[in-house]
Amino acid sequence: MGAFQRDILLIAATVAAACALPGVFLVLRRMAMISDAISHAILFGIALAFLVVQSVHSPLLILGAALTGVLTVALSEWLRNTRLIKQDAAIGLAFPLLFSIGVILLNRYASNVHIDIDVVLLGELAFAPFNRLIIGGVNVAPLSLAVMGGILLLNVFFIGTFYKELKLSTFDPALAAALGFAPVALHYALMALVSITAVGAFDAVGAILVVALMIAPPATAYLLTDRLPRMILLSVGVGILSAVCGFYFALWLDASISGAMALAAGFFFLLAFLLAPDKGMLAALVRNARNRWAFAETMLAIHLLQHEGQPEEAAESRVDHLYKHFRWGERFARRVVVRAERHGVLQLSEGRLRLESRGRVLAQRQLGLTPADPKARDH
Amino acid sequence: MNDAALEIQDLTVAYRNTPVLWDIDLDVPFGTLAAIVGPNGAGKTTLIKAVQGLVRPAAGNILVFGKPYRAQRALVGYVPQRGSVDWDFPTNVLDVVLMGLYGRIGWFKRPGGQQRKRALAAIEQVGMLSCASRQISQLSGGQQQRVFLARALVQDAQLYLMDEPFQGVDATTEKAIVALLKHMKSDGKTVIAVHHDLQTVQAYFDWVTLLNVRKMAAGPVDEVFTPENLHQTYGGGVAGPGSQLAEIDDPGDRG
Repeated sequence: MGAFQRDILLIAATVAAACALPGVFLVLRRMAMISDAISHAILFGIALAFLVVQSVHSPLLILGAALTGVLTVALSEWLRNTRLIKQDAAIGLAFPLLFSIGVILLNRYASNVHIDIDVVLLGELAFAPFNRLIIGGVNVAPLSLAVMGGILLLNVFFIGTFYKELKLSTFDPALAAALGFAPVALHYALMALVSITAVGAFDAVGAILVVALMIAPPATAYLLTDRLPRMILLSVGVGILSAVCGFYFALWLDASISGAMALAAGFFFLLAFLLAPDKGMLAALVRNARNRWAFAETMLAIHLLQHEGQPEEAAESRVDHLYKHFRWGERFARRVVVRAERHGVLQLSEGRLRLESRGRVLAQRQLGLTPADPKARDH
Repeated sequence: MNDAALEIQDLTVAYRNTPVLWDIDLDVPFGTLAAIVGPNGAGKTTLIKAVQGLVRPAAGNILVFGKPYRAQRALVGYVPQRGSVDWDFPTNVLDVVLMGLYGRIGWFKRPGGQQRKRALAAIEQVGMLSCASRQISQLSGGQQQRVFLARALVQDAQLYLMDEPFQGVDATTEKAIVALLKHMKSDGKTVIAVHHDLQTVQAYFDWVTLLNVRKMAAGPVDEVFTPENLHQTYGGGVAGPGSQLAEIDDPGDRG
């Protein structure tokens, strides 16, 4: 691998790691689509700052972007608070306004520089280091890496410092406010962080794919763990893995690196969605199948208990009764009986079922359960 | 005056000029178990939120042990409605209970072994010790409520504000909560709870506020919890635009 490719790979991995960190909190706050709004709206701030300083590499661009991101969120929240418009529509109104002004500003006043609309939307990871090589030699590519590395460090610092406060205000904003932890200020600080990260990632992956890197790795991690610290680390790991796999995939296909990175992130999410040990689809299927047997067993135990010692017991406890009155298929009924017998729930003799002590306890416990907690048994 | 845990003077809360609470005057004496009852949309949750500055009143003065809430944060424990948080959040019981100590710990610092010990003691007090490391999405409704109670207990507050602590819990948990409330009272704590079940007001509480946008009555349960007062609070004639109020009041009230 040449230095050129290594630089691209390093930038890609840094962008992915930096995006995943604030993304965790966006996902947990159910604000995933805010990243979409912010990553578009910041174009306004970038364009404005560019017109002032006439350079695409000024820190003022990052500042402008951060302010615009916060402005977008404030604007959409203000619209929603008027109660004339719902939250999703408010977001949908706020960011296109700022984005379109940004587009027009660039069209009109900056058509001769290389921030053009394609780059804004899709990024140009493959070309960014190349452009700088022509201008300044080897040192320039690490500079672009340094900007993103700085943003990554900022994110690590922010989340490390305010970890406890972020967790509380995400889980229970009312308690955070009651205890005096300024959840509104934290909220806007997080929005500023998302904006800064988006403007940094802009160069590399563009406004649309930045969303994929902010949301897909945390959404993947969410399915893999139920502890927040692990979710944060896993998000970063999945992000970096997506960047690396996407890079090689793009190389192999000779296609857009940013596109391949986002695709890889989506692929890892799909893997977790299907195969996550506890929350994945496959695990749920297995669990449902197992619950089906357990539930049938319990049903049978309750049935036997209800008729135990009653005059109709002889008729009700026959196995062929299960086909008629339970409307169970013969094969299913036989398997349930075999399983129940193996578990010591009942005993089968001469075509009749007799409840064993274990089955009696099982049935009684089920019937004695108060109905107040449907959630506990709801799976 | 000095024996009031909570004093509310002329409190009015409105959303967009529609009053949710109209000119409430209320003193809750120190050391009582006080219920707030009233129909849906009566402003019960809003009242509790206003005390903690979570909603901004249009007018009114609120004093907690004689001072504004901001100065008394450490003395107030809060048990929100169970449905007000996302129980799929990636955390466990111990971690949620530790959040009750964040106010004492302050900014930046992390909870340590000492705090963990106190949180575990509170978890034991609500009978959940065996679930301390359990992921919160695996809890039943009653267990979730106990976690919230443990989180408030660990705050070691003097005044507890609870929003429907009995909402949707099983009979065992209900008994456990009642026992806990009596225990808190004997420790000299004051508890103010939004309560829905009129049948149990007399058994569980010794002080009651009847609320329907206005304060209809307040005082010892024996004196105030009368059929006439209840009729006035729940029956027609009060708060004409009741249906309209029900829509905007207490977004958490649905659960």
